[in-house]
Amino acid sequence: MTAPVIEAEGLTRQLPGEVTVTLVDDASLVVHEGEFVAITGASGSGKSSLLYLLGLLDRPTKGHIWLHGEDTSTLEEDALAGLRLAELGFVFQFHFLLPEFTALENVMLPMRRLGRLRQSEIEARAMELLASLDLAGEANKLPKQLSGGQSQRVAIARALANDPLLILADEPTGNLDTSASANVQKILRDLAHHHGRAVIVVTHDRDFAAAADRVIEMSDARIIRGA
Amino acid sequence: MIGLSPAIALKHLLARQRQSLVSLSGIVLGVAFFLAVSSLMQGSETDFIRRLVDNSPHITIQDEFRNPHLQPVEELYPAAAVEVRRVKPQTETRGIRGYPQIMAGLRTIPGLRASPVLVGQALISFAGKDVAVTLNGMIPAEVSDVTTIQNYMIAGSVDELTANADGIILGDGLARKLSLTLGENVAITTPTGEVHTFKIVGLFHTGRATYDETQIFADLKRVQALLKRLNRANTVILKLDDPWRAQAMAGEIEGRFGYKSISWQEANEDLMSTLTTRNIIMYTVVSAVLIVAAFGIYNVISTVVLEKQRDIAILKSMGFLARDIRRIFLIQGVLLGLAGSALGLPFGAGLMLLLMQVRLKFPGSSDPLPLPIDWHWPQFAIAAAFAMGAALCAALLPARKAASVQPVDILRGAQ
Repeated sequence: MTAPVIEAEGLTRQLPGEVTVTLVDDASLVVHEGEFVAITGASGSGKSSLLYLLGLLDRPTKGHIWLHGEDTSTLEEDALAGLRLAELGFVFQFHFLLPEFTALENVMLPMRRLGRLRQSEIEARAMELLASLDLAGEANKLPKQLSGGQSQRVAIARALANDPLLILADEPTGNLDTSASANVQKILRDLAHHHGRAVIVVTHDRDFAAAADRVIEMSDARIIRGA
Repeated sequence: MIGLSPAIALKHLLARQRQSLVSLSGIVLGVAFFLAVSSLMQGSETDFIRRLVDNSPHITIQDEFRNPHLQPVEELYPAAAVEVRRVKPQTETRGIRGYPQIMAGLRTIPGLRASPVLVGQALISFAGKDVAVTLNGMIPAEVSDVTTIQNYMIAGSVDELTANADGIILGDGLARKLSLTLGENVAITTPTGEVHTFKIVGLFHTGRATYDETQIFADLKRVQALLKRLNRANTVILKLDDPWRAQAMAGEIEGRFGYKSISWQEANEDLMSTLTTRNIIMYTVVSAVLIVAAFGIYNVISTVVLEKQRDIAILKSMGFLARDIRRIFLIQGVLLGLAGSALGLPFGAGLMLLLMQVRLKFPGSSDPLPLPIDWHWPQFAIAAAFAMGAALCAALLPARKAASVQPVDILRGAQ
């Protein structure tokens, strides 16, 4: 068995208010290197909220998350941001590329922020990533000049920029046509199976879920199957 | 290669050029007006003080005492409750006693020129008209040392007073009033009843109407005789090489000779405080322009923050820290402030050059004069610093708001 990339235990996320809303209730799961996991469930079942917790974008009300064995619940905001930068890659339903920057510049952003590589190395790596996703010709285009599928692939390239071990995707194909969708699905599966990364995808697309190694099903904020 | 935050900040501003330009023009105008008005203020103040210093004595020693004389009994018992009633001051010829000795004493102080003057009232009569004037009796050879009247001569000269003991110098305003011209004789009557005929040997024009219509200069000895105060002067006027020492020097002289000595600062205290008030008012108004401009910057950066919520969320989810985000928007303020200063300073300098061409006839003066403009680099530095400060303050609130964006709130809303 390969090493666990992320482990969660008893994750609960509640929104305080007049009536307390429970987004995620007592969720526990483990995802290993090279695993391609899909989280499914009806709208409002808490799958996106779980993903935000796993992605360290939101803090659980209760429970713990270990990333590479490190307990993240005691970490400060800046330390969490550091982990997101170096260890995690996000892909969202909308590509969320910065509209003023070209595809290449968008992919370079996380690397420039991390600052481990020199400018020339950053540019070379960004070009390499774009080429591997069949986007070499699109490098100097602005997001508005790209198609939906191309934009989403640029977003994937950006998520891979700092070579993260865990990739989190929230409805990555929700906005794409069938062929672009299949392409994105293949890319994400390849990343897990051939590049040893852990990939967690939130989706309500049955075909997409069927392609995953494991399906975690959620209902009413709880994991009902697949953990 | 510029840093990441400045690069993002710059892209944001360039993405909404029109809005950025409008807020920029506010800063440019603010800086330019700040410069133009402050140089005008500075110029008029310098000009005003220069005139004050040039045209009035730096120190005037008067024939009076700051406090009444102490009675011998009061001197003897300084702590006692002594009251002396019905003290009748001695009747004496008014004036500074022993002024030649005082003059000798003053001449030992370096960097100082002094001359005794006997000032009195007189009537000048010509062609059936009588005009009240102030008669200044001076030592002709010393007039130029302690006054600037020689700079304003339009006919004749101050030296003529030396050559002709019956000579007189008066302002062109007075001459016009009485239809007098150079070389004419005129009768002067003093309150003592003495009448003497003088010959006009010089005319001056200072541009200050009251001065030109009331002041006349004559030989000290003649005036002493006319006012029946032989060997007396009632004023000693002093000029210093460094006028800013006047205040200290006046105190020293008063302590040494006892007579009341007034520095030009003391004599014009009300005007000096008016200048300060005027400066405060003007700088407040000009600063208000920049503060209004700061609202423009606040507006544009707030709009950017609102429009860029998604970008902020994605940058934060990517691992950008709150302070990285804050820096991006603060830099936008700095960029607008820098650009505003960079354009505003030359624009302001141009405005100053334009103002320098303007000639105005000020009330109380008879000639059109250029606007006094005085510029120094500190004004430029202050204008730039103020613009930067205003821009930075304006960026602070939106930047803090941007830094506090929670990516989850935005991402959840976008789904």
